[in-house]
Amino acid sequence: MALLEIENLTVTFETAAGPLRAVDGVSLAVSEGEVLAIVGESGSGKSVSMLAVMGLLPWTATVKADRMTFGGRDILSLSPAARRKIIGKDIAMIFQEPIASLNPCFTVGFQLEEALRQHMGLRGQAARRRAVELLEAVGIPDPEERLGHFPHQMSGGQCQRVMIAMAISCNPKLLIADEPTTALDVTIQKQILDLLMRLQAEQNMAMIMITHNMGVVAETADRVVVQYKGRKMEEADVLSLFEAPKHPYTKALLSALPDNATGDRLPTISDFAIDDTPYTGAGA
Amino acid sequence: MSEIVLEARDIVRDYHVPGGMFGKGRTVHAVKGVSLKVEKGKTLAIVGESGCGKSTLARILTMIDAPTAGELFIDGHQVDITTGGLTPEMRRKVQIVFQNPYGSLNPRQKIGDVLMEPLIINSNTPATERRDRAMTMLTKVGLKPEHFNRYPHMFSGGQRQRIAIARALMLNPSLLVLDEPVSALDLSVQAQVLNLLADLQDEFALTYVFISHDLSVVRYIADEVMVMYFGEAVEYGTRDAVFSNPQHDYTKTLFAATPRADVESIRKRLAKKNAA
Amino acid sequence: MTDTASTNARMQDPSRRARLAEFWYYFSENRGAVIGLVVFVVLVLLALAAPVIAPHPYNAQYRDAILVPPFWEDGGRAAYLLGTDAVGRDILSRLLYGARYSLFIGVVVTLLALTTGIVIGTVAGYFRGWIDTVITRLMDIILAFPSLLLALVLVAVLGPGLTNAMIAIALVQQPHYVRLTRAAVMSEKSRDYVTAARVAGAGNFRLMFKTILPNCTAPLIVQAALSFSTAILDAAALGFLGMGAQPPTPEWGTMLAEAREFILRAWWVVTFPGLAILITVLAINLMGDGLRDALDPKLKRS
Repeated sequence: MALLEIENLTVTFETAAGPLRAVDGVSLAVSEGEVLAIVGESGSGKSVSMLAVMGLLPWTATVKADRMTFGGRDILSLSPAARRKIIGKDIAMIFQEPIASLNPCFTVGFQLEEALRQHMGLRGQAARRRAVELLEAVGIPDPEERLGHFPHQMSGGQCQRVMIAMAISCNPKLLIADEPTTALDVTIQKQILDLLMRLQAEQNMAMIMITHNMGVVAETADRVVVQYKGRKMEEADVLSLFEAPKHPYTKALLSALPDNATGDRLPTISDFAIDDTPYTGAGA
Repeated sequence: MSEIVLEARDIVRDYHVPGGMFGKGRTVHAVKGVSLKVEKGKTLAIVGESGCGKSTLARILTMIDAPTAGELFIDGHQVDITTGGLTPEMRRKVQIVFQNPYGSLNPRQKIGDVLMEPLIINSNTPATERRDRAMTMLTKVGLKPEHFNRYPHMFSGGQRQRIAIARALMLNPSLLVLDEPVSALDLSVQAQVLNLLADLQDEFALTYVFISHDLSVVRYIADEVMVMYFGEAVEYGTRDAVFSNPQHDYTKTLFAATPRADVESIRKRLAKKNAA
Repeated sequence: MTDTASTNARMQDPSRRARLAEFWYYFSENRGAVIGLVVFVVLVLLALAAPVIAPHPYNAQYRDAILVPPFWEDGGRAAYLLGTDAVGRDILSRLLYGARYSLFIGVVVTLLALTTGIVIGTVAGYFRGWIDTVITRLMDIILAFPSLLLALVLVAVLGPGLTNAMIAIALVQQPHYVRLTRAAVMSEKSRDYVTAARVAGAGNFRLMFKTILPNCTAPLIVQAALSFSTAILDAAALGFLGMGAQPPTPEWGTMLAEAREFILRAWWVVTFPGLAILITVLAINLMGDGLRDALDPKLKRS
């Protein structure tokens, strides 16, 4: 059975200019130990649907779904606060801007130990030992010393490692990574992706990787959901998606990669006749 | 041998960081003696990660900042912005397009005014001709005449980048410095802007210095590639030479780190995963 | 052609109208601000219409009506609605004319402080270096004095009078504008569009006042609104201390000063000018808060 199941999720924002439908009828599921990539461009609603699961959307958002379960438990009927309390331990999330995700006023150690205290009830020496272990696990040299550092004393890649340490501190069943490497350099991106994949395999976590980068998808995912303008266009396992994309939008996206350039000019989205209807062929 | 549009010899740029009331200041070497040469109508790509000095170099090539040492030649004329002012004629020859399309347009300026401003400053073109030229440029970069009177906030990122490119071309520059022009854009929009740049290069015989951290974009657009690492040019050569036979360790690391989106490497990865 | 023209017109319009609509949306969310605006508009109208609606000339002395209480008190007369002062002048008329002075002081002082402050602040923020150091230190020194004391000293040097009082107050207020402008200019100067304009060949003057300054207006408008009330208050204080407008000018602060000795005998001579100052300043401050809500992007909710 799937760990997280979402059926027909719709998220609408109330704006001054009227309601805006950010996610429109998206269904997806992740099983234990599986890496699902949600890929799409800006405005495709890929982050919003996951924030809806976490209950992190602002009050202007209305979330509707036929079904939203985590580990067999319905999470839709809970209030956002109660939901965060129950699933905050089992679902962890990391974000795009690692330096902005850490509080600049406190040391890394304080923030890490606070997470441990909140979710695991660890205090004092025990919390400290666990914090050192975690920093070691995410490959930060001199973890003892690093605990006393402030976020601004570390690079973006190191901050992202700390965020990952915090995310895995309570052994979550599902890790949602929202563009975890977009703000990082290529060589650092490689290290962070390797780290995430290693931790995912070691702990047999399920993982949802939200990204716009087809390269990241290719390097991490088992299964891929392609979103466009708030709708799911296509869902396929990673190999068949890259080998034989079925939806025109996916085809367009793949051919717009400069890697795949064949002629003098790149094909663009407008070269493909795209309707917004999801592909519902044999595979779906 | 064709005409050299841009030549830089041993460009050095040091920043002095003041140490405050106590403690000594220190000097940061942002660019450590970089030399380069670009022929007319070609594209030189400068690749590197954050902090490698590529943006500093871009500002020097665009004559915004002066180098600490080194010589810069544009169209064969030596440029030195510290002594003696820069003539408008030289200023006009190099234009720049920035990475962030949201910060590079004045939010209080209509698109038409954005495009006409360079003409107002640099020439005595009559108003009607200015307008016509701005309109022509607007359509050339794929926007419509009715966009002329709109404000920047009404445009998407890709459209803003087109406007920034149009503004840069209003003065008929010979060299365009593109500082990460597509890295803030979505994949599909990125393709459109890259195509536009290629079209414009063909039409106006433009020379590009294309600064990027994205190797796949560089491989697509560049004629020559320079890899920068901590202020130094560790690799410099034609695109094919650099990509097929990288010499420096850093270049190799960079290539290895770039995610690959081809079916072959996915197969390999999945096989490895299943074996484990 | 007509088609393009009409699209052009439509394109131009929404932006400005939408901006105004958005401004009004945020401004009107603050009920106090709307009340402040209404009161302020009424005040302006009263001041403009003072010669028409005032029942008496502001300096006419009625010897038969000295210290007449307001009409609802015993001995009050309907001819002098808010009573008369110690030399028999109608307080209501004087207050109406006084509104002209107060608003005039507010406008002049704010404009004076705003323009000099903007120019100095832009220069400091744009050029940095030693010019900036000199300017900021100077402003720090001005700010280190209690503002009313400094204004007093300046008026003492320049000689008492309304004009000199206004100059003194403007000088005291102008450091706030300098600081605000300097900070805004410094943050805008590093933006890419400024560099782009420089690459296009724009000179310093154009960059400072045509490219950067229009993008720094929001905090300045808010500050102007708030310092408008401070100017009125300071002018009244100077008037009260005998250093501002000189009698028989019907300036509110001066009226207070003249009435000081009658506080115990005739409460109306001090209460009404005081209330006028209070209401005006409160209204403008409320309005300023609304302006800040509407214009400051940091406080804006999406």
